[in-house]
Amino acid sequence: MAEIALKNIVKRFDSLVAVNNLNLRIKDKEFVVLLGPSGCGKTTTLRCISGLETPDEGKILINEEDVTNKRASQRDVAFVFQLYALYPHLTVYDNIAFPLLAQGLSKKRIRQEVDRAAQVLRIKHILNKKPRELSGGDMQRVALGRAIVRRPEVFLLDEPIGTLDAVFREEMRAELKKLHVDIGATTVYVTHDQVEAMSMGDRVVIMNLGVLQQVGTPHEVYNKPKNLFVANFIGSPGMNFINCKPSRGPRSKLVLGLSVVNATIAIPDEIQRTIIDKKKEEKDLVLGIRPENVMFSQKTKSNSLPARVCVVETMGSYNIIDVKLGDETIKVRTAPSIVPDIGETVSISFDPEGINIFDEETGDSVA
Amino acid sequence: MSIFKKSKKNDTRNGQVYYRPMRDITLLRLFILPTIILLIVINVFPLFWSLFLSFSRYSAKMPNIWGTNPRMIGTINYSRILTDPDMWIRFITTAKYVVLSVGGEMILGFGLALLIFRSDFKAKGLITTLLVLPMTMSPVIVGLMWQLFYDPNWGTFNYLLGLGRIDWVSDPARNLYSIVIVDIWMWTPFVMLLSIAGLSAIPKYLYEAAEIDRASWWLKFRKITLPMVYPLLLVALIFRTIEAFKIFDLPMGIVGRGAVAPRLLSLHLYNVSFVTWKTSYGSALGYIMLIIIIATTSIFIKYLNKAKQ
Repeated sequence: MAEIALKNIVKRFDSLVAVNNLNLRIKDKEFVVLLGPSGCGKTTTLRCISGLETPDEGKILINEEDVTNKRASQRDVAFVFQLYALYPHLTVYDNIAFPLLAQGLSKKRIRQEVDRAAQVLRIKHILNKKPRELSGGDMQRVALGRAIVRRPEVFLLDEPIGTLDAVFREEMRAELKKLHVDIGATTVYVTHDQVEAMSMGDRVVIMNLGVLQQVGTPHEVYNKPKNLFVANFIGSPGMNFINCKPSRGPRSKLVLGLSVVNATIAIPDEIQRTIIDKKKEEKDLVLGIRPENVMFSQKTKSNSLPARVCVVETMGSYNIIDVKLGDETIKVRTAPSIVPDIGETVSISFDPEGINIFDEETGDSVA
Repeated sequence: MSIFKKSKKNDTRNGQVYYRPMRDITLLRLFILPTIILLIVINVFPLFWSLFLSFSRYSAKMPNIWGTNPRMIGTINYSRILTDPDMWIRFITTAKYVVLSVGGEMILGFGLALLIFRSDFKAKGLITTLLVLPMTMSPVIVGLMWQLFYDPNWGTFNYLLGLGRIDWVSDPARNLYSIVIVDIWMWTPFVMLLSIAGLSAIPKYLYEAAEIDRASWWLKFRKITLPMVYPLLLVALIFRTIEAFKIFDLPMGIVGRGAVAPRLLSLHLYNVSFVTWKTSYGSALGYIMLIIIIATTSIFIKYLNKAKQ
């Protein structure tokens, strides 16, 4: 049982505000991923939860108990460091045994527990080696072993697989997720890699410049980003943005005027209503659309916009095609069979289901 | 590689002589030549010469007549040294000196380093510099200075410690310890500096990991600090042991080489070599000391190499 609550956390380093007024509730046994670009405060947040840093303001509760001013050793947390932080002069066995030794367990119990952890992580064959003889993946396993051997309630991981090569990363991703289910601890995972975040997290917490941007399931943050930052940061490539302004079209329906091509597009009734309800009718807006929601046709169609092909990236299972809509570059995701010529004029249209509207001034989502 | 073109002869062009420039390797050799000559003359040659002398009867004060002075006498010098009961007392006294002074320096130096490294106060740099001062002084001056401190009649040592008239210098039962105290005072900063260097090299994340692992300060010290500083402590130990074993200037400055002086090997070596002028006997004693130092340090170095792995 471990529920973590962060209340109005502020952490400053001299004049730099690393974490600014962060509120977050993490449920028991949940796998939460803190995601953001480097310097966004995600690691600082994690270190505050661990007790390695004390926040300047705010409270940290674990199981409703205020631990804000408790040292890391007084909280039941395990922390896996980005660069493993293994004890270089101790063998793998002694590294994993260290937290148990600190608890004062008997030699026999320690051996049992280390063996059990080594079994889970499949590192029994390297128990007598020193860290510097190990590969990155094995070092990571040892660091995990040291963390799980104590059966902690809270499991904190700081970019644990960021330094591994791509193939191995994928393998470790699945292993970590499985480990989380097996040990049943509340897990907070820091990464800058959205693929890791989306594939592992029950919920994803997106941060930028020390400020929390959005909390939600991977599905939510992908499909309903709360602001332009999240929309652009999540997804590869990120969302396309086109400046637009609402106006009244035929039968006084609300349409969006796209200034780059001097054309208007229709939008679903629901979005129209929201724009009116939120009094954004007169505002400058931004239309956001994911590359896979841009429909692409090499034939000229009615109700579609003409665009010119600039770049074609073939990715194997799909293609990313950059087209110019006026001066704006739009990335379109297509089936791999569609390979237009560079300079070819094509027509694109937007899937109404995939349309997101943001306020240009504030960057916040409107609909 | 030379930037000049190589040519066999001096070049004569337009009636002007162009000298063949020197090759880099020649220049290199020329630069190290003075050092090599100096080393041979004042280190290498005396080393072998004294080895030769240690197997002979020779006094540097007598005129050199081959066959008489020096005269080869085999290992007689060595056997006389090793069978002299007084000599064993000197070995033991010297060993006692080494163990006490080096032991004291290691404990105090490492302790001070921990204190200074852990604490964070404004005058930290200044205090560290002040603590290092004794090490920077000339040992002879330090010896003479402490002789004054130790004076039983008007010395400040007894006065400051409120000890009354204790004779620290001419009492043979005590003056070895007086020199040990000065040695510790002078060389503790050396151990401290090396320890601070060692402590600063320990990555902070190891302590963070240990904090997460819920280690007590004692476990952190025993399992992280000590093993990580250990190689540098060994280096300090090696240096201090060598120095303490052959210490001469401090006892000479504080007590002198007279009858009341502690029976240290180095003082004895001085007496036989430069007072009674038994040069060959002194050479043999010097060689025995050299062998002891090499043997002791090679044990330490063995541990050092092990620790580095």
